[in-house]
Amino acid sequence: MENIGIIIETDNGKIKETNFGMITLARDNKAETETELFAFVMDADVKVLKEDLESFGITKIVDISLAKEQQNNPVVRAKALINVIKEFNINTLFGLSTAMGKDLLPRIAAMLDAPLVMDCINVDLEQNFAKTSQYSGKTIATIKLSGDVLLFGIRPNTVAPVNIQIKTQTLAEMLKFDGEEFVSSSLRVVKSGETDKNININLAEADVIIAGGRGIQNRENFVILSQCAEKLNAAVGASRVAVDSGWVPYSMQVGQTGEKVSPKVYIACGISGSIQHFAGMKTSGIVIAINIDENAAIMSNCDYYVKADALNIILELTKLFNNG
Amino acid sequence: MQIYVCVKHVPDSAANITILDKSRIDENVTFLLNPYDEHAITEAVRIRDTFQESEVIAVCIGKDDAEKTIRSALAMGADRGLLVSSNDDHDSIETARVLKAAIERTGEPALIFTGKESIDAEGMQTMFRLGALFDFPVATNVIKIDVDETRAVIDSELSGGNVNTYELSLPCVVGAGRGLNTPKYPTFPDIVKSRKKTVKKFIFADLNIEPSKASMSIVELEPLKQARSPKEITGDASIVAQKILTILKEEAKVI
Ligand SMILES: Cc1cc2nc3c(=O)[nH]c(=O)nc-3n(C[C@H](O)[C@H](O)[C@H](O)COP(=O)(O)OP(=O)(O)OC[C@H]3O[C@@H](n4cnc5c(N)ncnc54)[C@H](O)[C@@H]3O)c2cc1C
Ligand SMILES: Nc1ncnc2c1ncn2[C@@H]1O[C@H](COP(=O)(O)O)[C@@H](O)[C@H]1O
Repeated sequence: MENIGIIIETDNGKIKETNFGMITLARDNKAETETELFAFVMDADVKVLKEDLESFGITKIVDISLAKEQQNNPVVRAKALINVIKEFNINTLFGLSTAMGKDLLPRIAAMLDAPLVMDCINVDLEQNFAKTSQYSGKTIATIKLSGDVLLFGIRPNTVAPVNIQIKTQTLAEMLKFDGEEFVSSSLRVVKSGETDKNININLAEADVIIAGGRGIQNRENFVILSQCAEKLNAAVGASRVAVDSGWVPYSMQVGQTGEKVSPKVYIACGISGSIQHFAGMKTSGIVIAINIDENAAIMSNCDYYVKADALNIILELTKLFNNG
Repeated sequence: MQIYVCVKHVPDSAANITILDKSRIDENVTFLLNPYDEHAITEAVRIRDTFQESEVIAVCIGKDDAEKTIRSALAMGADRGLLVSSNDDHDSIETARVLKAAIERTGEPALIFTGKESIDAEGMQTMFRLGALFDFPVATNVIKIDVDETRAVIDSELSGGNVNTYELSLPCVVGAGRGLNTPKYPTFPDIVKSRKKTVKKFIFADLNIEPSKASMSIVELEPLKQARSPKEITGDASIVAQKILTILKEEAKVI
């Protein structure tokens, strides 16, 4: 019997959209009908999430309650999840390859001495294969995992969420796991989640990204991108040149040494399309490039290109929203 | 105090990658020190300079050619190097075991640095496996670190500009992120000086690595195809904006 565990990420008590693609991937991979899909919830009221989780095929919801003061400690979280894995005989664990997942999944894998592939763009549980990018996004590797428990970090937005027909839905069983006893003596949380107020939407999880490069020219012009992004509910990204010039913080960098993103739409403004930039956004849905130089690499490697001054187009786009 | 830095010999990110036998790359390209490991070396050297009687030791598992990457680390200020020579690729489960064996045979680490990610395997996990084997605390994507005799206080960067601050007891393992520092590239005198530094070589088989039941193995490697066929959007700025809006609404269905 297969038991698949899925770590659910929440934001202010609500499920982040990107979880649903991950659940869909796990569900569509079920080899046998008796496979149970467990949702592990650590930071939210499970009653509020129940219906949404059921509508994607979750059959068991485990409320993992940690002591308040330990809640942000990644070691404590990892220890609790390891015990949950044992308690419910989980053989496959899914989590998102987000900043939180990148700190949590490898901790669990390391403590269990279990195989893990991060940033998976696809998973095949029949053969225990994961597909992920390697060599700065230039290749796709198929990796076979062997071990008692297999871990997969799923790149956000790579699988479209599909909920199941109401009539085939079943009610999920609600379970509780008490993790109050777990502590960590070697890693202590001093402060958690200090936010840079300039950035509101998480790059890795955004549906739309408006990214700026050298062609955006300065910090003030990036504000213009942000204003448009706000209307579109989009995140703002940047090339390394924009970051190194001090126009935007490093956390906005997309690319091989920045964030790897797969939004539905990526609008590249004044970005030439270097190999290292592509490494971070290749797997995006629709790529729209706005550049004054039609010979820029990105113009021949996108879905739509506009030969124009990027700021002009962005200003017009913002205007359209302002006019309703 | 001994500070170890794990450095990986990786293909230049700008290199064109050709795949052979559907499973490995043509290694006839430039290899360099993994970019995140440059941040690790730079930070290790900075910390060493604030503690008396401390040294920075660069450790690498790779083919003999990987000595070049250790030499780069020495030119950037590391004091000596360890090369575990192996012609095979190792998954991160095995890599961590080998790194541990080489470190244990050399001394007692107070701090072990890695990069937050290798740009070839993109595994993002070696630091955690090393920490678990040693039973040392671990933090990754570290963009700030302050060390005293018994502990390290670090900032670990989350996405969206969020930062978590952790206090780790020493010894600990730290995965360097890009925001940590600006790597100091060696000057010619640094390079000349580094030629006199020693690199001790281990042979993989001599380390008697205990295998793990678990493994990750590459069964296929394929180029990431770009099947995009660009279409031009024309017109003046307001028409282009209108057309982009239509794409967002009707094709991408994001608004
Ligand atoms: C180890 C390593 C890691 C790296 N990691 C990354 C990474 O993670 N992310 C990353 O992005 N880069 C990375 N780089 C840097 C990368 O090689 C490029 O230098 C960088 O991506 C270029 O940024 P850019 O496109 O903004 O600038 P440029 O290449 O200078 O391009 C600017 C573009 O803007 C256009 N332009 C100018 N004015 C306008 C205007 N008014 N309107 C529209 N277009 C205009 C120009 O025609 C040009 O095409 C890395 C490099 C190395 C060596
Ligand atoms: N073969 C290796 N030799 C030395 N260090 C390595 C090796 N492989 C991985 N590392 C270290 O582990 C970090 C993370 O690698 P990875 O888990 O592959 O993303 C790298 O930045 C290196 O510091």
